[in-house]
Amino acid sequence: MNNSNDPKRLDRRVAIKWILFASASVPFLNSNSFGQSGPSIPTPRGYGSDPNLLIPEAAPWERILTPEQFKTTTTLADIILPANGESPSASGLNVPDFIDEWISAPYPAQEKDRKTILEGIDWINAESHYRFGKAFHDLDSSQQKTICDDICYQPKAKTEHLAGATFFATFRNLTMGGYYTTDHGTREVGYVGNVALASFDGPPPEVLKHLGLEKHPW
Amino acid sequence: MPHINAGKTKPEYDVIIVGSGAAGGQTAYTLAMEGVKVLMLEAGRDYDPVKETPMFQTRQQAPLRDASTPEKAFGFYDATVDGGWKVPHEPYTNASEKSEEQFWWWRARMLGGRTNHWGRISLRNGDYDFKGKSRDGVGIDWPLGYQDVAPYYDRVESLIGVYGSNEGLENTPNSPDGVLQPAPKARASEIYTRKHAKKLGIPVIPIHRAVLSKRLDSKNIPKRLHPNNPKAAKILSQEMDQRLACFWATPCGRGCSIKANYQSTTVHLPPALATGNLDIITNAMARKIEIDETGKATGVNFVDKRTGRDYSVKGRIITLAAGSCESVRILLNSKSPIHPDGLANSSGKVGKYIMDTVGAGLGGQIPAWENMPPHNEDGAGGSHSYVPWWLYKEQLAGKLDFPRGYHIEMGGSRGTPRVGTFNGLEKFTGGSYGKQLKEDARRYYGSFMSYAGRGEMVPNDDCFTEIDNRVKDKWGIPVLKFHWKWSDYEIRQAAHMHKTFAELITEMGGAVTSEIDTTGKKAILPGGMIIHEVGGTIMGENAKSSVTNQYNQTWDVKNLFITDGGPFCSNADKNPTLTIMALAWRSADYMIDAMKKGDL
Repeated sequence: MNNSNDPKRLDRRVAIKWILFASASVPFLNSNSFGQSGPSIPTPRGYGSDPNLLIPEAAPWERILTPEQFKTTTTLADIILPANGESPSASGLNVPDFIDEWISAPYPAQEKDRKTILEGIDWINAESHYRFGKAFHDLDSSQQKTICDDICYQPKAKTEHLAGATFFATFRNLTMGGYYTTDHGTREVGYVGNVALASFDGPPPEVLKHLGLEKHPW
Repeated sequence: MPHINAGKTKPEYDVIIVGSGAAGGQTAYTLAMEGVKVLMLEAGRDYDPVKETPMFQTRQQAPLRDASTPEKAFGFYDATVDGGWKVPHEPYTNASEKSEEQFWWWRARMLGGRTNHWGRISLRNGDYDFKGKSRDGVGIDWPLGYQDVAPYYDRVESLIGVYGSNEGLENTPNSPDGVLQPAPKARASEIYTRKHAKKLGIPVIPIHRAVLSKRLDSKNIPKRLHPNNPKAAKILSQEMDQRLACFWATPCGRGCSIKANYQSTTVHLPPALATGNLDIITNAMARKIEIDETGKATGVNFVDKRTGRDYSVKGRIITLAAGSCESVRILLNSKSPIHPDGLANSSGKVGKYIMDTVGAGLGGQIPAWENMPPHNEDGAGGSHSYVPWWLYKEQLAGKLDFPRGYHIEMGGSRGTPRVGTFNGLEKFTGGSYGKQLKEDARRYYGSFMSYAGRGEMVPNDDCFTEIDNRVKDKWGIPVLKFHWKWSDYEIRQAAHMHKTFAELITEMGGAVTSEIDTTGKKAILPGGMIIHEVGGTIMGENAKSSVTNQYNQTWDVKNLFITDGGPFCSNADKNPTLTIMALAWRSADYMIDAMKKGDL
């Protein structure tokens, strides 16, 4: 079958930008999760173009993380978003399972993240062995912290830590994405919608005050 | 019996309509309400928003948390069924290898088409938009003007329900009193934008969207719309009573089970079906229009996608409402010895002047919005406010380097977080993790804003479509090949968008978070991305220069009409759907008249 308009020709970052701004209401940080080049060659293990939206079935693809990789994922996700007070940890909201679902998905954006995450898990365990002789999830929390501090911010990462920093950035994006898209996380971050209202009254007075808009009624 | 199987049709219909979206829905509504026997062919499956819309489902319940994938480009819960920029088994091709010269063709294969998920933005074209060439010398004038279409805008707005306000701004027409529904209150991000935009001379006003901010007046509107037809008025009244007002929750893109927004499947088709005058066949993919020896259209040949069997149905009038490009495809595939270059193509204009909307966007982070008190701003599931084009005078005076305008849509960020909402947050936090990151998430959530420009493209000779004889779809139907090239007009307009958005974000004390492109070449989205493709069968004053007359009737084949966006001579910055519906209603009135007179 002849098919030109091959999506593979598109630069992925360009494609992401296109989709981002083609959507009527967009999330706006540069997103490697929302973005997707769109075109669909039917995806063998995907959920298809007509899935049940009312009662979504679990993602049909197989998970790829090994038990060891899953341990590393859980440990790191809980370092990035630990439990505190009433707020659960990342694993308390099944974020590691989400990350596994995400990187196992048969779509291009997720496949790219898969590579980053799997290589990064290897990197952080290798680094842990190099520094402390153990896998990352077997380190004590201060040891884990020294590694995370070296890779948590790409602009300040040393050259030898850049691979780790790239991984950490993607991993943190996915951890936050997984956490704040749960019903709990959505509320915890301050979203209070998705409830039927009798009327829409616009922003309340405290919001107008916060923004200095008291004198700009609409 | 409204929904019928292929093979169970009546021997002949008054009108066969190919397509069930805004164009097909409106055409069928107008005709069926007046007693015309209509058969509608839809290439996709049957679809019922009342039963199928995921209204309150949360992202947690969806695979990949509702993120965009190639199979659901606008996210898992988007209403689109079997659609997207690529549709399984239905390829299309592009002539050029270069990504900037490719056209992305969106289709939705479902009853109601893309009206099930569209943005519901419903802006009237103004005087300038129909007579652009007379005003500034570029593009193509329509053979009709605003005054010809205005009564139909009134009717469509009354029927579907559009919220908004009358601001009396240049080339931004008011609706008559009592036609529009009340505009919802603006969101915080929109009010803040308005305050600062004012200093730049940029107006921010309520947008018009096809969402019910209150219930429709089912007592009076039906009588006004069908003054001499009590049966039609009664049916419409009953169907209007089935529509509830917006309850200010759940995104419109999922569709609406309470029928608070316009979808063909909740607004046009139910009353049309209730008349008993409309039959619908789904999974019916049109191959070609059949003609007799005199060149008159006699019916439509289609394939039943479920069985692969071909059928032919007969009609006095054939109406293409398949979407601008799909209608071109059907015409060009309907070749015969009498019409060797395709049907209704004696002008050679079928497939020419494909236009999309110019799109570019920019985002920013606004420090003043950090730690905003939590509040619910779901609202009407789309923009409440927008910026209409505001530089008409400057443009006419030659002070800008592009001829046509754009409007600005608002993207506040207090919606449900997406997987990617916090991507890149380390730019602001210095790479925080742990408890600090949770505080940072609360601090920065809702502090981001994006502005999206939607601008007019001038039709050009480089943007057209034709049949690619090398490639066929699953059913053996030859596919379309696209040719695409933005002109400098559009590229400069996109650059102006970026410049404006950056000024706006800066004026608001914010920092632009994406790359500002002063050339416009990187800012401009590819053709087809905004899913506003129109043209391809333009209307005009004569058979030499156009495909249809001002009533969407093809010059070459008197009983063949095209009521989708194909006959558009220009693609104003105003989103095309409302104008498609207004012209479809006008065209259907013309068909009824012609049938009464015996002309058709």
